Amino acid sequence: MADLSCNVAGIKAPNPFWVASAPPTDKLYNVERAFRAGWGGVVWKTLGLDPPIVNVTSRYGAVHYNGQRMMGFNNVELITDRPLEDNLKEIKQIKKDWPDRAVVVSLMVPCTENDWEFILRKIEDTGSDGVELNFGCPHGMSERGMGSAVGQVPEYIEMVTRWVKECSDLPCLVKLTPNITDISHAARAAKAGGADGVALINTVNSIVSVDLDLMAPEPTIDGKGSHGGYCGPAVKPIALHMVTEIAKDPETNTLPVSAIGGISNWRDATEFIAMGARGIQVCTAVMHYGFKIVDDMIDGLNNWMDEKGYETIEDFRGAAVPNVTEWQYLNLKYDIKARIDETTCIHCGLCHISCEDASHQAIREIKANGGRRFEVIDNNCVGCNLCMFACPVPNCITMERVDTGTEYQNWTTHPNNPMRVDQN
Amino acid sequence: MATQDIRAGRLSQEQLTDNFSDHHPPLSSGNAIVEADRCYFCYDAPCIEACPTAIDIPNFIRKISTGNLKGSANDILSQNIMGGMCARVCPTEVLCEAACVRETQEHKPVRIGDLQRYATDRFFESGETLFERGKPTGKRVAVVGGGPAGLACAHSLAVLGHESVIFEAREKLSGLNEYGIAAYKTVNNFAQREVDFILQIGGIETRTNHQLGRDVKFDDLRQEYDAVFLSIGLGDVNELGLESEDIDGVINAVDTISELRQAENLGELPVGRRVVVIGGGNTAIDISVQSKKLGAEDVTLVYRRGAQQMSATWKEQEFAKSSGVSIKYWLSPKRLHSENGHVSRVEFECTNLNPDGKLTGTGETRFMEADVVFKAIGQSLQDKIFSDSEMPDFANGKIVVNNEFETSLPGVWSGGDCIGSGEDLTVQAVADGKHAADSIHNKLMSQ
Repeated sequence: MADLSCNVAGIKAPNPFWVASAPPTDKLYNVERAFRAGWGGVVWKTLGLDPPIVNVTSRYGAVHYNGQRMMGFNNVELITDRPLEDNLKEIKQIKKDWPDRAVVVSLMVPCTENDWEFILRKIEDTGSDGVELNFGCPHGMSERGMGSAVGQVPEYIEMVTRWVKECSDLPCLVKLTPNITDISHAARAAKAGGADGVALINTVNSIVSVDLDLMAPEPTIDGKGSHGGYCGPAVKPIALHMVTEIAKDPETNTLPVSAIGGISNWRDATEFIAMGARGIQVCTAVMHYGFKIVDDMIDGLNNWMDEKGYETIEDFRGAAVPNVTEWQYLNLKYDIKARIDETTCIHCGLCHISCEDASHQAIREIKANGGRRFEVIDNNCVGCNLCMFACPVPNCITMERVDTGTEYQNWTTHPNNPMRVDQN
Repeated sequence: MATQDIRAGRLSQEQLTDNFSDHHPPLSSGNAIVEADRCYFCYDAPCIEACPTAIDIPNFIRKISTGNLKGSANDILSQNIMGGMCARVCPTEVLCEAACVRETQEHKPVRIGDLQRYATDRFFESGETLFERGKPTGKRVAVVGGGPAGLACAHSLAVLGHESVIFEAREKLSGLNEYGIAAYKTVNNFAQREVDFILQIGGIETRTNHQLGRDVKFDDLRQEYDAVFLSIGLGDVNELGLESEDIDGVINAVDTISELRQAENLGELPVGRRVVVIGGGNTAIDISVQSKKLGAEDVTLVYRRGAQQMSATWKEQEFAKSSGVSIKYWLSPKRLHSENGHVSRVEFECTNLNPDGKLTGTGETRFMEADVVFKAIGQSLQDKIFSDSEMPDFANGKIVVNNEFETSLPGVWSGGDCIGSGEDLTVQAVADGKHAADSIHNKLMSQ
């Protein structure tokens, strides 16, 4: 049994799986259920100043793809719509009942030092383990100068983070918005302001669909719609990239990261840890399937770690980061070709047509004996992987390395590169 | 003293209604989308090649996924105007679904037949139309026989701008779709609804109760019309070749199936307690299952060869067995025994294949008690309908046609069960009718 305990910016939990700030962490009832199911921590749904905000009905939109429900998901919900005192009382209660679990409170108040000080005093009184500054919410609050309106301006991130750190010793995670061009600036600003760590990504600006009868974006509220925050499995690659950017940046690579974005299972989570994350936050998968999914997350990660011989999260955390490089340093001499396993091929022809219409005409159809088979033309195959991905049969198409494995040349020294550096 | 137990009303009306409801309920829209998403959208898909009407199956399935149901129905019906009926009666397990790559992959093909039914049912419910009559050519074609081949031919001719007159011997159009297919395969009067859909294009005159040879002469048709299409099916029933086949209780399966399809009240149809069916095709299966569903106690289907040689597919055989029909293979009927002029039992000889692969009797006998014996060993062409007119060439009891569906007689085309292709399937008949219409069109327009 591996040790799954984690420490994110001084906030400790028995496992790295936390429920992200969202409807599942809006009140004692849900959080109690989350902890009973085994979650290592929660980030309580964002608190603001009273009076509470008001939500619309019809709040979520979804992208279903090829039979998979909620592959992408968006919302136009705001921060908690319950009175501040109700939340505080329940946070205090849950921390008392579950002292070993991480209870972090997400916060969003107007950009004045007094307001931040006011709410931090309240949070300190609850005994919770830390705060997460919500600089990411892309709708509703940003129009009022909060959420992503702060997160999109590095100077504001730094300023507010500094206020928070000056008035409270609570560990402070800054939650970043992906709705920017380069996440590094936001992460550096958080660090400069004294943040103990960052949490990312918040949701992505989105319109998930248009109702073609109403001619309005979905979710539709009385004939109108608004952009919302996109999340779910569809955004995982975006989140993984941004987490990787922070891990690669010498200015931020020691900054603790709590990774969020489409994480649905232990494998997703492990990929983020391999890219340097110390903790994981999950929301959409819980909203889809309930808290029970944490069972496989814990079990799957544990079994994988046992199999690999890792005893703690730190044993493999960030292990993939050194292998992330820039395109110009990739080996141009590396060469792979598609190989089709005739024994498992079902002759659907998708490898052929994808290559024929969209790639390099490297798979020919051969009709014989009333049937057909498909053959790779090595000279045309550029090793792009398209056929392997189009093939519906697992492992039927594999890519075989055909270069000698001894040569190396990258773009920086390639003759076709007008800016090449001289090898000598 | 009559020992035969044949009577109506063996089951309650409720049971009968349940037994004869849709034996294969349609897909719900949710299930249809899930099933549609299983299709890989193969390149040059093997299922298309396996379909006698070459429907672009991956394309119509993709259109179900995207909610383009009209487009989906158009892909089906423009290739096969009886796509709705074929979705119900095609032996997909030996056609498109046998070729599906998911069959190769996991022995679980995409349910193409069910999806086709979904797309066409939804389209029919919409009440929309898809086809328009072509610009009139002034040509008129006589179509003899209003079954699937004839209707498909007439519809294609209408699209191409030709007029046609369908001469149908029976009271209703649609041939075996109306009179021959088991009731639980085509509920809610679907055959006639499909006929209405086909005829709504216009330019097709129908003369029912008009039998060739009796009400209309073949020679006259050849003279009066620019072309004649013979889609006369197989009107005669093959005999067992036994003594005293005319005793009471020995019945042609096709006649009973037809009565059943036309019956107002299934509770009034007499059915035997012990039923023996002799044959190996879909008619044998259909009469067996329907007898069982009407309340027969024992139904035994007897075939003189093995399960592999049966023309009813493995799926049909399985269906019969699961419906309570007992199937006996390798038995050939030898004698019909009677009491008081009514069949009482059937004597069979056991058979096997000799070393040359020829079917031979072993000399052993078996007896089966029976109140009713159904003959279902195939049908043959009724050639008397040509009376004294010049007849097209025949081979093996069927009309000979070339690749263009032309018979030996100038101006006469033929298709469906009456020609030598040997595929007694609705889908094949529709394909024949459509191709023949194209051929007729080419010929008429080049004259």
